[in-house]
Amino acid sequence: MGWGLVLALTLIVIAPVIVVAWQAGVSTDIRPEDIAAIRFTVTQAILSALVSVIVALPIARALARRQFWGRNAIITLLGAPFILPVIVAVIALLTIFGQGGILARYLAEIGFNLPSIYGLSGVVLAHVFLNVPLVTRYLLQGWNDIPAEHFRLAASLGFSARDTFRLLELPMLRATLPAAALAVFLICTTSFAVALTMGGGPRATTIELAIFQAFRFDFDLARASQLALFQLLLTGVTALVAFRVLRLASFGGGSGRPLSRPDIPKSGGLVVLDATVVAVAVVFFMAPLLSIVVRGAPHLPDLPSSIWLASLNSLLVALAAALMAVLGALGVVLAAAYGATVAGTTLRILAYLPLALSPLVLGTGLFLAINPYIDPRDVALPVAATVNAAVTLPFAVGILHPVLLRTESQYANLADSVGLTGWSRFRDLYFPASRPALGFSAGLAAALSIGDLSVIALFTGADVTTLPMQVYRLMGAYRMEDAVAASLWLLLLSLFVFWVFDWWGRRDA
Amino acid sequence: MRHSILAAGLALTIGTPALAQTPVLTVYTYDSFVTDWGPGPAVEEAFEATCNCDLEFVAAGDGAALLARLRLEGARTDADVVLGLDTNLTAAARETGLIAPHGLSADDLDLPIAWEDDAFLPFDWGYFAFVYDSSKTPEAPSNFRDLAQSDTKIIIQDPRSSTPGLGLLLWVKAAYGEDAAEVWQDLSDNIVTVTKGWSEAYGLFLEGESDMVLSYTTSPAYHLIAEEDPTKAAAAFDEGHYMQIEVAGIVEGSDQTDLAKSFLEFILSDGFQGVIPTTNWMYPAKVASDGLPDGFETLITPETSLIFDPSEAAMKRDVALAEWLSALSQ
Amino acid sequence: MLELQEVSVEHGSFKLRADVRIAPGNVTAFVGESGAGKSTLFGALSGFENLASGQILWSGTDIAPLPPAQRPVSILFQDNNLFPHLTVERNVALGLTTRARPGHETLDRVHEALEQVGLAGFGARKPGALSGGQRSRVSLARALVRSRPIVLLDEPFAALGPALKAEMLDLTATTLARPDTVVLMITHDPQDALRIADQTMIVSDGLVQMPRDTADLFASPPPDLQKYFGK
Repeated sequence: MGWGLVLALTLIVIAPVIVVAWQAGVSTDIRPEDIAAIRFTVTQAILSALVSVIVALPIARALARRQFWGRNAIITLLGAPFILPVIVAVIALLTIFGQGGILARYLAEIGFNLPSIYGLSGVVLAHVFLNVPLVTRYLLQGWNDIPAEHFRLAASLGFSARDTFRLLELPMLRATLPAAALAVFLICTTSFAVALTMGGGPRATTIELAIFQAFRFDFDLARASQLALFQLLLTGVTALVAFRVLRLASFGGGSGRPLSRPDIPKSGGLVVLDATVVAVAVVFFMAPLLSIVVRGAPHLPDLPSSIWLASLNSLLVALAAALMAVLGALGVVLAAAYGATVAGTTLRILAYLPLALSPLVLGTGLFLAINPYIDPRDVALPVAATVNAAVTLPFAVGILHPVLLRTESQYANLADSVGLTGWSRFRDLYFPASRPALGFSAGLAAALSIGDLSVIALFTGADVTTLPMQVYRLMGAYRMEDAVAASLWLLLLSLFVFWVFDWWGRRDA
Repeated sequence: MRHSILAAGLALTIGTPALAQTPVLTVYTYDSFVTDWGPGPAVEEAFEATCNCDLEFVAAGDGAALLARLRLEGARTDADVVLGLDTNLTAAARETGLIAPHGLSADDLDLPIAWEDDAFLPFDWGYFAFVYDSSKTPEAPSNFRDLAQSDTKIIIQDPRSSTPGLGLLLWVKAAYGEDAAEVWQDLSDNIVTVTKGWSEAYGLFLEGESDMVLSYTTSPAYHLIAEEDPTKAAAAFDEGHYMQIEVAGIVEGSDQTDLAKSFLEFILSDGFQGVIPTTNWMYPAKVASDGLPDGFETLITPETSLIFDPSEAAMKRDVALAEWLSALSQ
Repeated sequence: MLELQEVSVEHGSFKLRADVRIAPGNVTAFVGESGAGKSTLFGALSGFENLASGQILWSGTDIAPLPPAQRPVSILFQDNNLFPHLTVERNVALGLTTRARPGHETLDRVHEALEQVGLAGFGARKPGALSGGQRSRVSLARALVRSRPIVLLDEPFAALGPALKAEMLDLTATTLARPDTVVLMITHDPQDALRIADQTMIVSDGLVQMPRDTADLFASPPPDLQKYFGK
């Protein structure tokens, strides 16, 4: 089973590139601008990963050691930027931090000029805005995995906050931070619209943009496949090195349940510090979202009726993608636990790679593979669901892997002794034990799928549209306010779907 | 909603199964053409009223994506008509051998230039222009050199990923020739940022991220007519404005050649041309008998129309792109 | 003298009440059904649970308002008593200091304690390289160097085999039980109590009952204890 899944995942990850390369060949000519694109891609991805991790650390730490009203709502809403179509997220961010944004206007009134955010710093800012929530959730899970007794011991032995950090938290972070940074790095390697828009010009050319150019400006598929191979190589080698050298923990992201923290004083300077950190995070991440709510809400009733059909399509895609992602992840995790060690490790590395798939190459490869046999329009939604499932698989694997591993190590002997094998072992052991994680990962996959545009553009007819497509179409028709309203609707739908799955997971927990 | 939710939703079938005697005309076009607020629905209704056929649009991104789609499908394509390429793309489209001559006369068009293409027929056109908010920017620059000298901030589209972006590239090349690289160098400090597509650029401009944005001379008409906002204006440049002419063509090997031809004829009729100004926000290739809508008379009309013919455009774009990249990458 | 004066702890709908006195020089066992309130009582003593009312007096001073670290209390949990990434030496030294490089004086005391629990020479190892019994000894050594007069044992030896458990209890009795300290232990096994506890308290339905002599108690157990032990 392990090697079968390795094969299946390999197909999903590299088959599109192979198909393009097979039909068009692979260019062997490396241009200086390709080197520049690779260099910029790597630079911005490394910086984005580092800054995301540095910013997420104090936020996660403050949230991990405090319980307050609205904490769960903040953790859920922090994930919202990651769900939005990127251009909407960028516009929301600029509403606050851009040249014409609220901050710039306020600063201008008191006589300061906000320096231009376009450039490498802008790219990093936008990626931080999009990815910090993810890292925060993941780190929260790390805190949750520290045994409660250790915090009690810390309290009992009189640890200062610094001691707790040094002796309890740092060892946990040594395992979790690199995994989180790797995920952000991989996600950022395929950035294109954000990198270009925030980067301020062609200096900010990423590999993905070069692929885009090869594909539609030059229509040079051989070059596109060459660049896609570079991209795959870059991410594959990074993931491999990270796994071998850092012996990474899985990239997960738990529900962030509140911890009992007797080691932390309930008043004094630390409380002020934590409150400040949380407040700043809320302002930075929520203010742009709030701008979408404020601007979009009045226009919600004016949305064209086509939005409902698009919503239905998006929901179907999201539900199918969530189902496939979770089932696929269960397969990967169980195969990794039972299969040969090499297969297990290979699987876990492969499961990371969809994060770095180029949507354009993926779409083109699938199109070329499908077109000779089936009208692509017939399978637009199934293809969208499959691609979304592949792209969200790494998250589902990351969330489920530690939970199932723990279940297995605690109850394997018991389950063996009572003859719980095969399907009944799944039904009576893995399923109930991992249900909260299943709900959370399915919710995340569904929410991400609703906001995803990726490959559907090549496959659609005139009628089959999804919500993010409607958002772009509204923007393309000068209807900025309607587009914001549609984004708000998309956001609400995503959060609702996430909430339903998450609730299902925790219902009896 | 023309199709049942189930059919469209599950994408198990495409639209309504056509009756055997109703021929289907498949038209590939760009995305914004087929939206509820684009020309698509009105065009479909008007054509189907006379053709005894089923007109089906297939949307594929923008003009360049449309061409890429056609190339990917090659001779296997279902398309009978392709609608929405512009003259910067037609040379490449012609090279594919996928476009058949339309065989129609294109004599009395309302275009600023003569039309002699036997493969493509224009359906609308416009001038690229920098759009600004006259309430915030009282005096707009009147040419590229003025713009470069001023502090005016602009947002443009990347020519590698956007048709207006490519249009601007050719605009500067057409106006300045050998000096284009120098003009770009001078402009580089005016450019706030470069976006993937028109939507992103225009969206950022509306957010107040720049003083001007690359769009069309007709863009202010949308704000005036649809939003009753008279503040948006296009800056008239004395070098002249580069044109975008959007065209349609019949696909070679179409099994509906006659129907395709009658659709191309229909394109130049009032039923099509009349909806273009307030749905596509462009000038109709042949003004409908009731004239242009109120509001269009307020738009600037450039003295000089710039345009490369398709083969020239195809030849110049690579050099122009290299100049652009090197000027803006420093 | 440890006095719990009209102590009550509320934990959701659960309420624990205790009004007892424990003299130093004693080992006291707590028995009772799961959920009866034993761990809540230890939480209140060590400072992880807030009192709804009452006082906890040690030598006449109310320690209830103090944070866990300032109480005269050492606690050994059932699991996770050691930090897996720190050496045995550092784990024990944490009873005295959180400094990364403990001073000579500290190290001398750490080594002395390790010797007392039979782990001389194990200082450089990490907990992962020790057996379950050895890990328990490290926890004991840390309690030794802390030398707090109230020692709480929350079933730290529950996972050990009977012989090893007996050995650990004896070691606890000989090293930690001194004339000026009280040792409190939670247990589910009468043998544990009979082995080292002078007196035993029954915790039942949220009420901590008066101490009884251990031998007497198990010779003629009251009805609720009979029920608990399934007799």
